[in-house]
Amino acid sequence: MNRYPLWKNLLIGLTLLIGLLYTLPNFFGEAPAIQVSPAKSTQKVDADLMNRVEQALKEAKIATDGVFLDATSLKVRFEDIDTQLKGKEVVQSRLGEDYVVALNLLSRSPRWLTAIGALPMYLGLDLRGGVHFLLQVDMASALTKKIDGAGSSIRGLLRDKRISYNGISREGQTLLIKFRDSDTREKARREIETSAPELALADQEQGGEFRLLATLKPEEQKRTQELALQQNIATLRNRVNELGVAEPLIQQQGADRIVVQLPGVQDTARAKELLGRTASLELRLVEAHAGDSNARDYDPQKIQDAIAGNIPFGTELHYERRGKTSEPLLLSKNVIITGERLTNAAPSFDQQNNEPIVSIELDGQGARIMRDVTRDAVKRRMAVLLIEKGKPEVITAPVINSELGGRFQISGRMSTREANDLALLLRAGSLAAPMDIIEERTVGPSLGADNIKIGFHSTWIGFTLIAIFMIAYYHVIGVISITALAVNVLLLVSLLSMLQATLTLPGMAGIALTVGMAIDANVLINERIREELRNGNTPQAAIYAGYDRAWGTILDSNITTLIGGLALFAFGSGPVKGFAVVLCLGIATSIFSAVMVSRSIVNLYYGSRRRLDRISIGQVWKAGAEKIEARARRT
Amino acid sequence: MEFFRITKDIPFMRHALLFNVISVITFFIAVISLATKGLNFGVDFTGGTVMEMHYEHAPDINKIRDTMSKLGFADASVQNFGTSRDVLIRLPVKQGVTSAKLSEQVRDELRKEDATAEVRRVEFVGPQVGKELIENGGLALLFVSIGIVAYLALRFEWKFGLAAIIANLHDVVIILGFFSIFQWEFSLTVLAAVLAILGYSVNESVVVFDRIRENFRKMRKVSVTTVIDNAITRTISRTIITHGCTQLMVTSMLIFGGETLHYFALALTIGICFGIYSSVLVASPIVMWLGVSREDLVKAEKKNEVGAAI
Repeated sequence: MNRYPLWKNLLIGLTLLIGLLYTLPNFFGEAPAIQVSPAKSTQKVDADLMNRVEQALKEAKIATDGVFLDATSLKVRFEDIDTQLKGKEVVQSRLGEDYVVALNLLSRSPRWLTAIGALPMYLGLDLRGGVHFLLQVDMASALTKKIDGAGSSIRGLLRDKRISYNGISREGQTLLIKFRDSDTREKARREIETSAPELALADQEQGGEFRLLATLKPEEQKRTQELALQQNIATLRNRVNELGVAEPLIQQQGADRIVVQLPGVQDTARAKELLGRTASLELRLVEAHAGDSNARDYDPQKIQDAIAGNIPFGTELHYERRGKTSEPLLLSKNVIITGERLTNAAPSFDQQNNEPIVSIELDGQGARIMRDVTRDAVKRRMAVLLIEKGKPEVITAPVINSELGGRFQISGRMSTREANDLALLLRAGSLAAPMDIIEERTVGPSLGADNIKIGFHSTWIGFTLIAIFMIAYYHVIGVISITALAVNVLLLVSLLSMLQATLTLPGMAGIALTVGMAIDANVLINERIREELRNGNTPQAAIYAGYDRAWGTILDSNITTLIGGLALFAFGSGPVKGFAVVLCLGIATSIFSAVMVSRSIVNLYYGSRRRLDRISIGQVWKAGAEKIEARARRT
Repeated sequence: MEFFRITKDIPFMRHALLFNVISVITFFIAVISLATKGLNFGVDFTGGTVMEMHYEHAPDINKIRDTMSKLGFADASVQNFGTSRDVLIRLPVKQGVTSAKLSEQVRDELRKEDATAEVRRVEFVGPQVGKELIENGGLALLFVSIGIVAYLALRFEWKFGLAAIIANLHDVVIILGFFSIFQWEFSLTVLAAVLAILGYSVNESVVVFDRIRENFRKMRKVSVTTVIDNAITRTISRTIITHGCTQLMVTSMLIFGGETLHYFALALTIGICFGIYSSVLVASPIVMWLGVSREDLVKAEKKNEVGAAI
């Protein structure tokens, strides 16, 4: 009577198999590896790089244990730490400084496991060591910067259109433009509306003055803040690449915060210095080039001389990288404007021929300078120089087609992806808004290893204690309960591995606690079975009623715990969130294992016996049992 | 083996008043302590810097204190952490020092004295983060409470929801009371433990309530008190065994979990002990006094049966 249909047993078996498969990688441990990632945003990770690395290692006769390519990096696994270090040197010297080669650990699990996406659990910083920063982006200053830019643009606009005004000032995030009469104000208003549609304008009369109040429209404010955050994240990503961290995490948190996690980094001083530093962007005129004969200053001879070492006074030789080739350019030492004048750079499409372009916005002062310089420089080339890590590199050098102002475009010979990259590079020069470190957590590697040991030990010891008690108290049924409990741990670990949820020390405590709590369901069932037996039910009926009656209670009590877990997940942060994830998943797996798995074992063991006299569930004590027995003997 | 050999229902409800008086007294002791002494909030909540240093040989704590005052942190607290070779340094938030540079300054200075000094852990939390964490903690507590009341009201009846949450908030206040009286450090992980307990110990009440409902259906001609007494008596063995098992695990964490998990496990221990007490001996009497009756639970089902018959 207590038999599961075949499909149910198969389903449970399948779940167990999948659970086992995804738990496996955690047992293989980790092997030394190196991770190659591009140092600058201009380099890419592709099959070509993979060939170069493999070639280099083959030539140096260094055995590898697998080469893996993903979207952002190339990983090479080695047998031991010695070959790992040798391999790092070989690869680093072959690739030069364009790529960062970092030491890392990779799972030792066989390829087919990795291929089905079975990875070991993702350890949090408190278990593997590293640095965690929470950065607060100063959004008020990003907005101020934007409104200041708008202010100087308006100043230039009014001057150009010969509209007289009595001054522009800023109060908080509002621009105050004063006029003598309402007619001029009306004229100015029309001009501003067309040239700066992102501003919301309002009239105000005060003390005989006619004022125009300009503020950023709400959607523009939102856009400014989003852009500022994105730009800061992009900049941070570039800089973190330099640190040679294997798996950095840079992520937005809330509307104005950025989380930076650098596993394995111990030198917090350098990390902080890097996060706070600015790369700079400079726009300069090209004095001579050998690229485009239609542009002015086409002078291959001068370039040849310069390469030979004869660089004219007031110029510098720089290279523009384009794929694998690079073009030498002689640049003026005079900087037209720096990246600070750049308010935005975004990829878009040309309205006429639909080609990808990058549109650039400058602030008022930048626009004025740009106008003055480019007026006499039509058909000359202008280079955009990015100075990262003290090394300058020309990222583009387009021909100036006409006089440029506050808004202009870079176009021609670009794919959409190239336009995206260029816009990113242009923006990456500086932080859009200043940031403060508002939280820092550093965990040394030895402490991380200790924490793993602690978490593992306490869980294991607790589990053993519970197992001893359960088996002593419930005999065979106890063994089944403990098996179900072990299945619960197995499924929980496999779920955590599958989801790649971050496992923290509180998370490990969560696993332990889940084990301690999950036994509740089995105790409920076992006690219920005993009670049914005590009431004189047959063993088979007792098993049936025990599981059946306990089910409602188990569900109710787990749902209340789940409510607690969800609240922790919603309001918790960092390690506490890790705890909440484990708690919630643990509830799901424990219901499954305590009810389904244990029932299926009980069914397999007892269910098919036609005449079942007793269940091995420990002593079932009945009040006045002797009397009942005596009565039974009489009949 | 059978621990619980109970022949007759234990008359828990006869002593309900006594239990509730005990509860009220402990509750007020906890509240008074919380009001006067407050909680010893950890760096997560107050903001500030915590550094854990590891030395090859046991260092002189007083010397470290001197170094700290030389650096201008006269109010820094320096103490041993776990072993005599591990030292925990706490620095309060300093106005104007916004960056986390401070920890390097301290490390460099301590390295000058003893080159073996190794930084095991640094935590810097800005004051604004701390404030948010307290707010979020409060919100989480509120969310859990409302969620549980709503679920129990839906599944049973509002009287049960109310009784369960009173009983469990009473547990929470008592855990907090312990942390206040002994001035144990109240960190983010302890808060997690408190919230986990809130969800967990409601289990107890749910199990008892489930039995009460079942009894109302089966035992038609007995008083409410008998029904409740019977429900508690028949679930007591399960309650003790379950909590015993959970406590085995928590004790293992308490002993082997090191300093980091110490207060977490301690909060759970207190929560588990008071959880048994409160759900059995506080929640049930409250249900009784709220005037629960057979009709509250059985009525709805009867209607359904009638409907089905037609």
